[in-house]
Amino acid sequence: MTNSRFFVPVCCVLIFAVLVGIGFIIPQWAMFLATMALAKGLVALGIVILMRAGLVSFGQGLYFCIGAYVSGLMANWTGITDIVLLSILGVLVSVILATICARLLSGYRGIFFAMLTLSLSMILYGALSKMSIIGGTDGLNVSAPTFLGYAPEGRALGFSLYFYTCLVSVIAGGLIRVYFNSERGLTALAIRDNELRVEYLGSSVKSAISSGYIMAAAVGGLGGVIAGLAIGHVDPEYAYWTTSGEFVFVAILSGFFSITAVFASSIVLEVVRSFSNLYFPNTWQLVLGVFLLIVILLLPNGLGSLFSKRRRKGGSE
Amino acid sequence: MTTAESSTTDFVLQAKNLNKAFGAVIAANEVNVAVPRGAVWSLIGSNGAGKTTFVNMVTGYLRPDSGTILFNDKDITGLEPRKITRLGISRSFQIPQLCAELTALENMLVSLSSANEQASFFRPAHSAESVANATDMLERFRIVDYRDRTMAELPAGVRKLLDIAMAITGEPQVLLLDEPTSGVAAEEKYPLMDLVMEALDGSNVTVMFVEHDMDIVARYSQRVLAFYDGQIIANDTPDNVMQDDSVRRYVTGGAVATAGGV
Repeated sequence: MTNSRFFVPVCCVLIFAVLVGIGFIIPQWAMFLATMALAKGLVALGIVILMRAGLVSFGQGLYFCIGAYVSGLMANWTGITDIVLLSILGVLVSVILATICARLLSGYRGIFFAMLTLSLSMILYGALSKMSIIGGTDGLNVSAPTFLGYAPEGRALGFSLYFYTCLVSVIAGGLIRVYFNSERGLTALAIRDNELRVEYLGSSVKSAISSGYIMAAAVGGLGGVIAGLAIGHVDPEYAYWTTSGEFVFVAILSGFFSITAVFASSIVLEVVRSFSNLYFPNTWQLVLGVFLLIVILLLPNGLGSLFSKRRRKGGSE
Repeated sequence: MTTAESSTTDFVLQAKNLNKAFGAVIAANEVNVAVPRGAVWSLIGSNGAGKTTFVNMVTGYLRPDSGTILFNDKDITGLEPRKITRLGISRSFQIPQLCAELTALENMLVSLSSANEQASFFRPAHSAESVANATDMLERFRIVDYRDRTMAELPAGVRKLLDIAMAITGEPQVLLLDEPTSGVAAEEKYPLMDLVMEALDGSNVTVMFVEHDMDIVARYSQRVLAFYDGQIIANDTPDNVMQDDSVRRYVTGGAVATAGGV
């Protein structure tokens, strides 16, 4: 069944239907929370793509920020508010930058890769903070989006944004699942295990890592566009290292076996943070840390290992 | 890659004046070899004699300090390993280089997709055709019973066979086997080599294998290259090499004299 070519599309349609159904019954604050969780889940999905090849990016805030600023600047400078167009532009700019950065990054592994990605995002943070023409550290406000000519307001705007986020998340998730199941996807897992062997089989490890990094940037930019439009404000904090840390948190929480788990983990993070913030305003990070510790101890391969056939025998291997 | 390219000589692989030093240690000293197409040669020598350095230079892992390596008369000196693999030179490893968290079948699927000119972002790795091809390869090496096991669960002999099976997936013209029987129980050495030779039978692949067991060398190779101190001290048939004074002094020592009853 899972090998059928219809499995991924059918799952995508079902998940989309469930998500939209939920949108009709949840209150507006929860809809906003879900929209943000899915947007951030998209960025974390990028880290998961890299994790499958044995790499962790501590700088996905770079593309999250670029996506958000593209939506803000385009709306303010050119008057473009259509969310589809802004999404395409955000992804395009992210992919172009990632293509350039990938040439540098694909030669590094482990902590060096992680630190380089972090430094790239902090360069953007520093640059944006000093650019008073686009708001400096205050950032800038973003106009409400339109949806192919439809300009909703109030709850309709929140629902439209949620609907769009569900749609692009499901499409992106489906495409990445197809990639994970593909020859290239399996090669990424092989690179994680034994890079030398993959080179000696005739595949280019650098090319595989570059393409993974570019895919990660694309979903990162997309998440940034949605987050910027949902919040209605963008600032350099989007590229700050603590923002990137959140995405890594989600990726570790989910593991790299299940795409659904990435979005589920992102929702868990948003919910835990929102409620912890409410009930333990000064110690909510402590709650979050304890939660992550429990997951790492009980499910070393993340929440996704609960659903995946490719369940591993713990983190010791 | 699958068909032999036209060559102006009968030699598929030639090494000319190869030199390689690691500091004061000379690992290759004016190494000259010309290997005819379809030959089965072995490389012998004590540890540090330069056998693996030769294999590493031919497969691109090490760049020679000077000298030239020709493959079908094309200069491949210093090319990256993956480019050399794509041209048609493949290798297996002394310590099997498998993907530890993947199953035996998945290891084969990785090598199958790598053998394609460009692996696809969309074509499923586990397509029925790929799984059938991978299973067929595992059957050729009689390790299909282990197809769903990961490396930690595989016996040493199976790991060796899987490593070699992965190396020949791309249908190479030259196959370099680095100590194919090392780490394998004595009674499994001949069956392992028989399986490898059987799998390669009729493919006209040129095989060069590094080996310490002189019985294996005598039984499976048509010609032997004996290395000592980075140089080739003998290049002849197994019988002649075993009788060579230099080889007996520097490579085989008293062990062969006893084994050969000389």
